[in-house]
Amino acid sequence: MTVPDRPRISLLGTSALLFEAPGAFDVAHQRRIWTLAATASKWPDIREAVPGITNLMLTFETPPRQLDALISALNDGWDTAEGLAIGGRQIRLPVTYGGEIGSQLQSVADHCSLSIDDVVAIHAAPLYTVFALGSHPGYCYLGGMDPRITVPRRQTPLQRSAGGSVSIGGSQTGVSASPGPSGWHAIGHTSWTFFDPSWPMPAALAPGDTVRFEIERVIR
Amino acid sequence: MIEILSVTGPASIQDLGRFDQYRFGVGTSGAMDDVALRAGNILLGNDENAAAVEIPMMPFRVRFDRNIAFALTGAAVAAEIAGRAIPPWWRSYARAGDILNIKAMSHGARSYLAVSGGIDVPMVLGSRSTQFRGEFGGLHGRPLRVGDILPCAASTAAIGELGIEPAGITLARPNAAADETIVRVIVAGEYDAFDATAQDLFWSSSWTITPQSNRYGYRLQGPAVKPKEPVEKRSHGIVPGVIQMPPNGQPIIQMRDAQTSGGYPKIATVIGADLWRVGQARLGGKLRFEQTAYSDALAAEDEMSAYLDRLRANMRLVEETRTCR
Repeated sequence: MTVPDRPRISLLGTSALLFEAPGAFDVAHQRRIWTLAATASKWPDIREAVPGITNLMLTFETPPRQLDALISALNDGWDTAEGLAIGGRQIRLPVTYGGEIGSQLQSVADHCSLSIDDVVAIHAAPLYTVFALGSHPGYCYLGGMDPRITVPRRQTPLQRSAGGSVSIGGSQTGVSASPGPSGWHAIGHTSWTFFDPSWPMPAALAPGDTVRFEIERVIR
Repeated sequence: MIEILSVTGPASIQDLGRFDQYRFGVGTSGAMDDVALRAGNILLGNDENAAAVEIPMMPFRVRFDRNIAFALTGAAVAAEIAGRAIPPWWRSYARAGDILNIKAMSHGARSYLAVSGGIDVPMVLGSRSTQFRGEFGGLHGRPLRVGDILPCAASTAAIGELGIEPAGITLARPNAAADETIVRVIVAGEYDAFDATAQDLFWSSSWTITPQSNRYGYRLQGPAVKPKEPVEKRSHGIVPGVIQMPPNGQPIIQMRDAQTSGGYPKIATVIGADLWRVGQARLGGKLRFEQTAYSDALAAEDEMSAYLDRLRANMRLVEETRTCR
């Protein structure tokens, strides 16, 4: 490819804008997103720069009258962004795979044409990186999942999925911090406190931290 | 203090919202009808971000344990204080022991009970709004129950009764039919993933608001609007107003308690000046989407700001006139 893909920039109404980086879902791209977030959060009229998975949402203090300058600044910022290597903490999370909360374990295995043991082994193998927080208070999006256990999100999201669910959505995985609606497939659960509004930093994990799942039990 | 005597649906304490905690996965919460909340607080001379009670279902009854001014804004309700009827968008005065009885809601979906000085629950992460998913903010992070006591910061100074024109009248959309809410939207990132036929279907349909609609989101029902091919996005930030299109082709409008990120394709976003209209649209009612350019959306927000500015100016005039007398 001679011409590199350009970022996509789209509006989220009048209160925010979404920047989507071109390229792979990997730590190298995510580190550039962290850099761009740190830069953009200091721009005038920007309330927050919120990293997603190789993308960045900017929320507005007041909606800019002209978007051109902001779009140029984002494009330039991306082009010049060096990867920010965050030296995070490493967390070990014991997981019970399957069971009532992880009830999609079998269907994920079926969808991927793998055995339950394979899905568990593949899911627990990598050292995952916290790419971003989002969805609900304290929830972490993890990068590094093996693409062999990719499963499309649900046709219709569930109204309620349990807190502590370890689930797969597309090529991503994560652990929910509290019960709530979800479009993902739960394959297990963990009991851990990810969020407390009274902590100085309300979320236990931050982008750049790493997580390793420990297989505590597999319920078939 | 206010004691809850009767509550039907998930009533909660809300201010304008918690706007700068997205990076921890914390959404905005806040009043579903922010215009009504502001208007109630303006009527009382409160900070416009003061917390109030959002009431989605009637009957709802409270007892005031002290003399205090309060205002009812938002949905059109049949309400009485100590047996006297209260007109819509009205500021009244309760005496210690008086009971406020909101009996029924004839139009709209949420009524706001604001009190002089605001509901004095603790600020958590910069807001008094209830964060249901995180179980914090508001009163113990949960919906209100019978027997709950709401602390008020209030001054007990007596102020006269006063009303203002409801936002629904001043900011009425010219083409809105009865029982159909028309909201302006800006197309979003995946609009072009839908072909012309699917796009037309999205604009031309009168969408039914299903019973699965709440503060998290409005789930709509109508013809299936599907992209040319399935879209799986990497998770990214979303805000209230974003209209997601899950694979079943039935749109979901993200509301105040929505998740802060998602990956379903986004076809459009309800503009800030119209989100309160969605918050006041009733279950079983109809919604239609109207395409708007970014510049027109900003103009609509200016129009809303001008309405609120007029309210503030009129209130100042009224208070000055009273002081002079």
